[in-house]
Amino acid sequence: MSINNDFRPTIVAFCCNWCSYAGADLAGSSRLAYPADVKIIRVPCSCRVNPMFILRAFEKGADGVILCGCHPGDCHYSTGNYYARRRMTLLFSMLDYLGVENGRTRVEWVSAAEGVKFSETMNSFVEKVRSLGPNVRLGDLRCKN
Amino acid sequence: MQELINRAKALLESGEVARVLGWRKGENVWDVEPAFFNNAEELENFVYNGFCGANLSKYMIEASKLEGKTLVFLKPCDTYSFNQLTKEHRVDREKAYIIGVGCKGKLKVENIDAKGILDVIGADYPDAAETLTVKTLYGDTEVSYKSAMLERCHVCKGKEHMVYDELIGESVDTIDADRFAEVAKIEAMSPEEKFAFFQSELSKCIRCNACRNVCPACSCRKCVFDSNKFDSAQKANTTSFEEKMFHIIRAFHVAGRCTDCGECSRVCPQGIPLHLFNRKFIKDINELYGDFQAGADIDARGPLTNFQLDDCEPDIVTKRG
Amino acid sequence: MLKINKNNLSALFAKIAESNELYLPVKSAGKTNFAAWDEAAEVDLDTLKTVKSPKDAFFPQSENLYSCHKEDGKTKIVPEKLEDAPFVVFGIRACDVRAIDVLDRVFLSEPVDSYYAARREHGIIVSYACHAPETSCFCKTFGIDCAAPAGDVVTWMIGDELYWDAKTPKGEKLTALVADLLTDADAAAVEAEQTAIRSIYEKLPNGTLSLEGWGAEAAQTRFDSPIWEQLYKPCLACGTCTFVCPTCQCYDIKDYNTGNGIQRYRCWDSCMYSDFTMMAHGNNRTSQMQRFRQRFMHKLAYYPANNEGMYSCVGCGRCVDKCPSHLNIVKVIKAFGKEGV
Repeated sequence: MSINNDFRPTIVAFCCNWCSYAGADLAGSSRLAYPADVKIIRVPCSCRVNPMFILRAFEKGADGVILCGCHPGDCHYSTGNYYARRRMTLLFSMLDYLGVENGRTRVEWVSAAEGVKFSETMNSFVEKVRSLGPNVRLGDLRCKN
Repeated sequence: MQELINRAKALLESGEVARVLGWRKGENVWDVEPAFFNNAEELENFVYNGFCGANLSKYMIEASKLEGKTLVFLKPCDTYSFNQLTKEHRVDREKAYIIGVGCKGKLKVENIDAKGILDVIGADYPDAAETLTVKTLYGDTEVSYKSAMLERCHVCKGKEHMVYDELIGESVDTIDADRFAEVAKIEAMSPEEKFAFFQSELSKCIRCNACRNVCPACSCRKCVFDSNKFDSAQKANTTSFEEKMFHIIRAFHVAGRCTDCGECSRVCPQGIPLHLFNRKFIKDINELYGDFQAGADIDARGPLTNFQLDDCEPDIVTKRG
Repeated sequence: MLKINKNNLSALFAKIAESNELYLPVKSAGKTNFAAWDEAAEVDLDTLKTVKSPKDAFFPQSENLYSCHKEDGKTKIVPEKLEDAPFVVFGIRACDVRAIDVLDRVFLSEPVDSYYAARREHGIIVSYACHAPETSCFCKTFGIDCAAPAGDVVTWMIGDELYWDAKTPKGEKLTALVADLLTDADAAAVEAEQTAIRSIYEKLPNGTLSLEGWGAEAAQTRFDSPIWEQLYKPCLACGTCTFVCPTCQCYDIKDYNTGNGIQRYRCWDSCMYSDFTMMAHGNNRTSQMQRFRQRFMHKLAYYPANNEGMYSCVGCGRCVDKCPSHLNIVKVIKAFGKEGV
């Protein structure tokens, strides 16, 4: 498969209010670059992300979806990210099972102090999704026109 | 079967139970329907045979709201669902009098490879025959009992009842296949093959919601797919994606709670192997978080309402290849 | 009367498909449904009943009506193009042909449904007699003869030959298109086949049901019958019966937000669903018993009341085969037959 160099993926990033959302802020104020293709959606906890959110993002045109939460052990609500971890593992495994390319989904733990990690994560994720090309297997055809 | 009817009559007469939940004779041997019986006269139409595949646990949600106890007949696999519903406080154990009935594997008339079926002889309980005699408009034929069995009976969880007040009848082991073999086969495919396989199966979906409505684990009062504020609502099969969305979410909502009772696959008018979704989650849960059988232990925490500090990270999906 | 050998059917289909979209029973992932023909399609003329009826060809399960989007600050509305090319639906059974008649009375009476009307105008029906009726069939109850379907062209499979008889100008036109592939045949073979089919049909357990007490007056006499309460209990409230039914014609209209605009589409609805005919004040049928009753009363009482006594069930028996709880219209008719009103 040839990679279209002009392809700019649409990336949805669900970021926990208490860590990675602030991490994104820090990345910004530290003048660390990450692609503008990343659209951040703030959530109160990584655990708030219902599998349907992820599928909805794909349905409505996302090419990749990433979920960022607090490091295990650091959840603002003590245990939310542990539940999120199990859910996302199962969901990603199901998507893999259905033949959706691995790599369009990712979970990364990014704290409020990790502006550098946030920027690096986003850069590498966008690069990965760009190499996979547009999402055709999970998109809703109606959103294409 | 008469034993079951007699016992039901006795319990109704003694006032121990107010009604009986069982299966009612249809026009033919195969079209039995779940039914409530209120008196001895109605019980004359009670039937228990090889075509009583329907899992009555879900009807206990409604029955739990009625006055008095309901006598319910549960097959071994149905008791897992009943337990799970009890655990979720959707049925009231105190409102149920459970008679565990023996099971020799349940049949699906569509699995009998014959046209114009008029009668199937040999599906009676407890004397089910090895070979079914099928009378048809176009002559008689014979098929083996096993070949007409529901998919779930080939991978039976066992003939032990998880919950009951009394047991009536013998069971026969029907397991002859590995429960996760089909899932493993798909896992081994390339992404293109996987996608093509599910695309061809799911494109048959007519969004009739039978899989959801029959599912004992799908017990929400209002389903997210019935919300009219949500534009992937229940009815339209407008693109292949919607069906995928529906089926992923349907299976996900019951992940960790699905007992693998197989009702979804039994009722699908298009014969979509829906159990492949549920069983994938069960296989993953077993492999990643330890063996778990929903409905087996009423006190166990479900795998998705539980965690370990050292659970694997989601990227295991990529790493295990 | 003309005929064509079974082995030449793919040539026939290819010829038709050159200038028409062709829909016919195709087996895919183990089930046979009507689908567009192409070289790779596994055509299945042996399965008596497709899971879904051919209703889709004229009244698709989901179809766009129009879309709107913003252009230069103004809302632009783009109606969906109406069907304007001829298409052929091959292999429709007698009951399903009658079902199209049932739909016509709904969609072609004022106000005419333009989407449906366009498809009816351009659709050519090639019907196909039932060589081997099944136990769940009861079309004769509604005066349908499965040995002699209606349609633009009627066909019979007798041995290895498909007999072909054009009945209407549309049918004649299609016949002219494929004339090179057809040879003259003797009508006597068809008559023998019809006799054979009818003699098999006579043996069906529910072939002819008594409809005594149904029709317009049932709306008054059977609405409050206690029998409904006994019948509906096992109903799961799924939409299987309505979605496999060739005559169910209720639909819902919804908007889909594509992110760039709105697509207004309609999709089949089912009277079994809790939000069926939901209005601002709520729903006028609040229990499953009422919904269940609605479906059968519509077919056997309300529709006949509005259509000179014509029932909107055609006895195809799909609901008999497919209901997860084995409830169906045959059981309803029989229950009332047994107990009177």
